[in-house]
Amino acid sequence: MNSAHRGSSMDTDGRISRISGSTVEAVGLPGARMYDVARVGHIGIMGEIIRIEKGVTTVQVYEDTSGLSVGEPVLCTGQPLGVELGPGLIGSVFDGIQRPLGALRELEGDFILRGTDVCSLDRSALWEFEPAAAEGDRVEGGDTIGIVREGGKILHRIMVPPGMEGLIQDINAGSFRIEDTVARLKDSGGKERELTLLQKWPVRIPRPCGRKIPPDRPFLTGQRILDTLFPVALGGAAIVPGGFGTGKTVVEQTLAKYAHADVIIYIGCGERGNEMTEVLQEFPELEDPQTGGSLMERTVLVVNTSNMPVAAREASIYTGITIAEYFRDMGYHVALMADSTSRWAEALREISSRLEEMPGEEGYPTYMGTRLAGFFERAGHVQTLGKEDRKGSVTVVGAISPPGGDFSEPVTQGSMRISGALWALDTSLAHRRHFPAISWTRSYSLYCDTLAPWFMEEVSEDWPEQRMNLNRMLEREKEILEMVQLVGEDAIPESQRILLLGARLIRENFLRQNAYHPVDASCSLAKQYWLLRAFLESYQVTLKALERISLENIMSLSTLSDLARLNEQPDDAFPEASREVLAKLGGEIDEMARQIALQKEALEKETAGGEAGKKEA
Amino acid sequence: MDPLLTRRSRGLMGISGPLVEIPPFPGTFPGQMVELTTGEGSVRSGQILEVARDKTTAQLFETTQGIDTDSSWVRYLPRTASLRLSREMLGRTFSGSGIPIDNMPPPIPESEKEILGSPINPVARDKPSDFIQTGISAIDLLNTLVRGQKLPIFSGSGLPSNELAVQIVRQATVVGEESDFAIIFAAMGITHRDASFFIEAFESSGALSRTVVFLNLASDPTIERILTPRMALTTAEFLAFERGMHVLVVLTDMSNYCEALREIGNAREEIPGRRGYPGYMYTDLAGNFERAGRIRGEPGSITQIPILTMPDDDITHPIADLTGYITEGQIVLSRELHRKGIFPPIDVLPSLSRLMNLGIGEGKTRADHRNLADQIYAFYARGRDLRRMEAVVGEDAMTSEDKKYLGFAREFEDSYLNQGQKGRSLAQSMDLAWDLFKGFPPAALTRIDRRWIQSYFPVEEEKETEGSQK
Ligand SMILES: Nc1ncnc2c1ncn2[C@@H]1O[C@H](COP(=O)(O)OP(=O)(O)O)[C@@H](O)[C@H]1O
Ligand SMILES: [Mg+2]
Repeated sequence: MNSAHRGSSMDTDGRISRISGSTVEAVGLPGARMYDVARVGHIGIMGEIIRIEKGVTTVQVYEDTSGLSVGEPVLCTGQPLGVELGPGLIGSVFDGIQRPLGALRELEGDFILRGTDVCSLDRSALWEFEPAAAEGDRVEGGDTIGIVREGGKILHRIMVPPGMEGLIQDINAGSFRIEDTVARLKDSGGKERELTLLQKWPVRIPRPCGRKIPPDRPFLTGQRILDTLFPVALGGAAIVPGGFGTGKTVVEQTLAKYAHADVIIYIGCGERGNEMTEVLQEFPELEDPQTGGSLMERTVLVVNTSNMPVAAREASIYTGITIAEYFRDMGYHVALMADSTSRWAEALREISSRLEEMPGEEGYPTYMGTRLAGFFERAGHVQTLGKEDRKGSVTVVGAISPPGGDFSEPVTQGSMRISGALWALDTSLAHRRHFPAISWTRSYSLYCDTLAPWFMEEVSEDWPEQRMNLNRMLEREKEILEMVQLVGEDAIPESQRILLLGARLIRENFLRQNAYHPVDASCSLAKQYWLLRAFLESYQVTLKALERISLENIMSLSTLSDLARLNEQPDDAFPEASREVLAKLGGEIDEMARQIALQKEALEKETAGGEAGKKEA
Repeated sequence: MDPLLTRRSRGLMGISGPLVEIPPFPGTFPGQMVELTTGEGSVRSGQILEVARDKTTAQLFETTQGIDTDSSWVRYLPRTASLRLSREMLGRTFSGSGIPIDNMPPPIPESEKEILGSPINPVARDKPSDFIQTGISAIDLLNTLVRGQKLPIFSGSGLPSNELAVQIVRQATVVGEESDFAIIFAAMGITHRDASFFIEAFESSGALSRTVVFLNLASDPTIERILTPRMALTTAEFLAFERGMHVLVVLTDMSNYCEALREIGNAREEIPGRRGYPGYMYTDLAGNFERAGRIRGEPGSITQIPILTMPDDDITHPIADLTGYITEGQIVLSRELHRKGIFPPIDVLPSLSRLMNLGIGEGKTRADHRNLADQIYAFYARGRDLRRMEAVVGEDAMTSEDKKYLGFAREFEDSYLNQGQKGRSLAQSMDLAWDLFKGFPPAALTRIDRRWIQSYFPVEEEKETEGSQK
């Protein structure tokens, strides 16, 4: 029988005994194993076994359960929920359980129906395989046996799956479908193993790797406030909590566009359909800032929007991170954007409450924190498996949607404990359209110290110092503003008003960064550094100018409006642009001081002359 | 008698709130519609929520009053909740569960659909990008609505959300296009007076014959409200994606819908989420709100304007909060502006249109649109901050610069927002917006590209005012 390889449990006759939301209970499944995939009902919709108790097996079902009846069959497949890994991943759009949405649309039309089975990766596509190993080579898990060029710039390494080893018996170049055998091994037990372009991996188990590499390189985002103030390390984890409309999705999408990464895995987890459309329609047209190819050629989308089945939403982040690890294993730097992890946690909560488990805080199951940690811990910068010296990383940026924008809730708190950078979005900044609305007072990064040497080496010796100056200035501004709230700005010393002026320039033109501006959307590190220098120095210059010209004079300096547009200058205009503006500022102040001196002189003369005239009269 | 043929069973195991427990019956499935006939012969409709080997649980859309466990019969219909659809529904009025209530025969169906609907495949969606002119400056210039968007109004009790919604529906046009449009109005738990206000407004604007009305009033059964938005959106999908129309759906009041959800959750003894609302309310609301948008290759669209009432004007209340997390922005009404007599009292700071950028700019509205909106936000936000400070430190402590921003905020509210019932074209909204910058040096407009300042900054008039001051 053709389906016999699916497992002996096929023979048992499990029957549905209860249906409640997305969970289905079955009886008569003695061979059931936890987290194995089951097929539910006559139409065989997919689910995962999540509880086995007193002869009752509970299955969380990845599709809508309405229409299923008690007594319909349930079958175990004997396989855990897995993803397909191989050529064809790049540029794909999958749902939470890796069904390709494009193929699904061809089969079902514009709306997602139920019970449609599609292979994750195209079975008929042909890929050109170039061997990188030869007959007689001894290979082990992680070793590259060959290369496939996908459409874009990504070289797809075909690796020996983890846990497999052996002597290559034969290996062939040529065009292959993903299930065709490209090489044959004989393992140390003498067993023959066939290698194809396709691997499968269970999503809930991290793919193995070598040692972890300390976080000493930054994940560059092109966002000034992030790179300069709150950097995340390559292989690190950052979280972006914020109320609705504060800019989580724009942060995720902006990073997906501009961040320095070889591969982007974007998970739309329980969020809007139209946001995915934006990505899908924009990315193919945008250029990858590093390779010049299209952005879609470095992107894999996992999309399980808010109205798609909740259980598949729960699975989506595992599907995404497993794909991320696979590219990491090829030696790539992968960035995983999860928007939003809160929706994943809520899916977990919905399922747990159907199981009538004991609820913890806010109704989340007590194991939510552990699961969250398990996910974030799959980030990392690692030495990959295999004999070659390859390093790869997965950097995770998780958006969090706290109810009512209140960060004290369990998902935010739980994520804070296990991530290295907090980019806290502030509703009041968003309301005044200060974007990205990342609060410079609440956000932090634990990576600053370990990354400092890299910045000193790559950007400038005094990077930490400038960063410190920036922090001091913002801190000082905060104190002064508190004072101003009590007495008004007129009542504070002029030197402090100059600081307010300088800090405002920094907030508006350094920390603020318009994601839709053709130039400003992304900013090189060099530009960040020189912009910052320009703002900090202009503050010193204006402060000093107080000795020569009045506060009103300073406020009216026309160079201030040049400073306010300095961020619109392209990356390659720096450092000249900063030098020019500072020179202009100095010049304008000198000129103003000269004019004032002249006027004063003239006035003195006039009064002197007038007096003389009077005398004459 | 063979129960499989008649598909009827007698007797109930229990009744609790809107829920009834029925002895197990072969072949029943979640979502299946049932009809319960009481001993006295009155018929109530309901739907199965959960099936198990020992019992079936169903919710009744009508009251459980007068039902007993022994003499009731349950009839199992061979379908989930569904609706017969037809173009002829335009101009007709239905109950909250889709039954005609205008004393006319049911329209001849062209199609029948399950009201639960299916998610639009994300890859099938098309970007909404057609600017809808509503005639309201706070929306058109600052929080632009586009076709296929879901943009709710966050109201408070006693605030004029109905007036605003009606004004939007009445004035909404896509500039330069005559199109096949339809309005779907779904009322959930609102008063008769509010409902007639809408219907009269549709009538006076001549749109009633293009409107489908679903009415569940405050006096109608609460649980029926679970069906009402789904009825409306199923109709919308039919008209938009099978008949190519541009459909505008007004759902009011979503807060009453959420109350119904909470009632069922409580009756099922579920673990309640925040403030007693079910933990799955986000998913449930998303199942409704995501039924908006456009589909590639289809001419039609669904635009949603849900209205909700924030209890105690609290935007962090779960109903507003979850909605804001799902919809593509929100228009927030302010009690303070309403008290000042400003109409429409839209607080632009917490308001947002997430799809705005897709519908504006060169070739769509005007190149300076985005910049202009950003600049207004920056100045107005600063003015509002300073206003709070002024209340503490007094007017005398404000610098001359501060006073400019205070003046800006005042002018913005009193004359710009406060447009009354009169509609403005986008061009008018933009010109008036530029006028607000009089008195500021052009260099202060740092959020606006210098090119647009050159083209649009009100120079002439500035000279005039300077002249008149002298
Ligand atoms: N960096 C940015 N530059 C310009 N506009 C932004 C930026 N970030 C957010 N916005 C604006 O804020 C809106 C809401 O942002 P979004 O990321 O969708 O919020 P969230 O995901 O937190 O609900 C966007 O539609 C956009 O108009
Ligand atoms: Mg978002």
